[in-house]
Amino acid sequence: MNAQLQFRDLTLGYDRHPAVHHLNGAIASGALVAVVGPNGAGKSTLFKGIVGLLTPLAGRIELAGLKRRDIAYLPQVADIDRSFPINVYDMVAMGLWRSTGLLGGVRGKSAEIHHAIEAVGLTGFEDRPIGTLSGGQMQRVLFARLLLQDARLIVLDEPFNAVDAKTVADLCALVQRWHGEERTVIAALHDLDLVRANFPEALLLARAPVAWGATAEVLTPGNLLKARQMCEAFDPEAHECHIDVA
Amino acid sequence: MPYDVLIAPFAEFDFMRRALVGTLALALGAGPIGVILMLRRMSLMGDAMAHAILPGAAVGFLVAGLNLFAMSAGGLVAGLLVAVLAGVVARATELKEDASLAAFFLVSLALGVTIVSARGTNIDLLHFLFGNVLGLDTATLMLIAAISTLSLLVLALIWRPLVLECVDPGFLRSISRAGAPVHIAFLGLVVLNLVGGFQALGTLLAVGLMMVPAVTARFWARDISTMLAVAVGVGVLSGYVGLLLSFHAGVAAGPAIILVAGALCLGSVLIGPVGGVVRPLFPKQHLEA
Repeated sequence: MNAQLQFRDLTLGYDRHPAVHHLNGAIASGALVAVVGPNGAGKSTLFKGIVGLLTPLAGRIELAGLKRRDIAYLPQVADIDRSFPINVYDMVAMGLWRSTGLLGGVRGKSAEIHHAIEAVGLTGFEDRPIGTLSGGQMQRVLFARLLLQDARLIVLDEPFNAVDAKTVADLCALVQRWHGEERTVIAALHDLDLVRANFPEALLLARAPVAWGATAEVLTPGNLLKARQMCEAFDPEAHECHIDVA
Repeated sequence: MPYDVLIAPFAEFDFMRRALVGTLALALGAGPIGVILMLRRMSLMGDAMAHAILPGAAVGFLVAGLNLFAMSAGGLVAGLLVAVLAGVVARATELKEDASLAAFFLVSLALGVTIVSARGTNIDLLHFLFGNVLGLDTATLMLIAAISTLSLLVLALIWRPLVLECVDPGFLRSISRAGAPVHIAFLGLVVLNLVGGFQALGTLLAVGLMMVPAVTARFWARDISTMLAVAVGVGVLSGYVGLLLSFHAGVAAGPAIILVAGALCLGSVLIGPVGGVVRPLFPKQHLEA
């Protein structure tokens, strides 16, 4: 197995309180992994750690030669100013940053941009300001931008929230396409049926990892129950953690 | 006599020509910066920065009198200092940028007025607060023109990350580390333009040619490129009409320019095609799709 991502005794959290506790394991290059777990299980925290927005409290994440621009990240709550006067075309074109940088031209890449917009089913929306889009359409725009990012590792934090079934199916097809292109995809999801149908590998997380492996073996009723019980409440009086992992 | 009213004042009087060139240059550089400030919800930040340059300019005045270089350099240093401090505080702590700037705002104004009053006369103080657009000498014009040129060049260079940081700061952070340097460079441009505007319009109104045209532009455009063009156009028009108004009606030139911009802004709030007040009062039949 050619590991793309390696977690070594990784602890991530806020103000010394761990949200992901002593995680060990690896994600193979080209893997398609669902991260499942109750709210507060540390899914988003883990993703922030992977993309470098959060520094580990302990342990480390090894990215096997991936640079920042090789990673595409779709946050759970994108911090997007929807009132900003920018249209769908320009918003999608931002995904080309990796190849254009500050001053590189995008004019020669308009076919590529139109292609990405077509792939998410938004042809004809190019000139629409992003403020006029529905929630599902906006999510499609963000996926089109991800397409252009041409990243080797794609991290999706609950990408299908508040999105209708048709949109989920369309966007899921894109995820499968990325998988076919041997990109590594990690997605946090709550719809277990969707995970079973589309994701060969799953990590069940409840602050600490509960189970990790083939989806069918991870998402058992026993494991899911365990995950619900493990994710206890925040303890303001918690003591210092002294687990030693060799 | 349209010629007598519209052109003659500039054809006949050197100081009017200089004032016109100065305001045109200011409008060109400050308009786009104002649009970005507005879109980032930092409209009042320009105001705060304009106050921040006052004590620096006042120290320059204290040292060298009404000397362009000393006052500009002092203002630049003070403005950059406050901009960087406020930016660093906002990024390093939980404090939002507006809050950290507000803390510097009135203190700077009070400090500046105190320093100027300590040495200068009330005329000097008026010059500091409201500028002297009809008294621009060649060196000042060169300074303003240089600042505008530099602003447009730097804006062109940092435009993408600047827009990205407005629309989707999280995305910019995930693909590039350019966010912080670009932000600092932009704040530097704000300060530079205010230092330029300070000579013409004074500390209290320098920000006027930056923000009022930008706010006006919002009512005329749905995309940012058009918005920039409208903002510059409104600034240029305000400068021209304001100077004419000042010439013919004998009112103070700096305030006249900002008042004209204000009138254009008010008109746009009312009849602007994008979100103006009047249009929804006369609804048309909705479309089929």
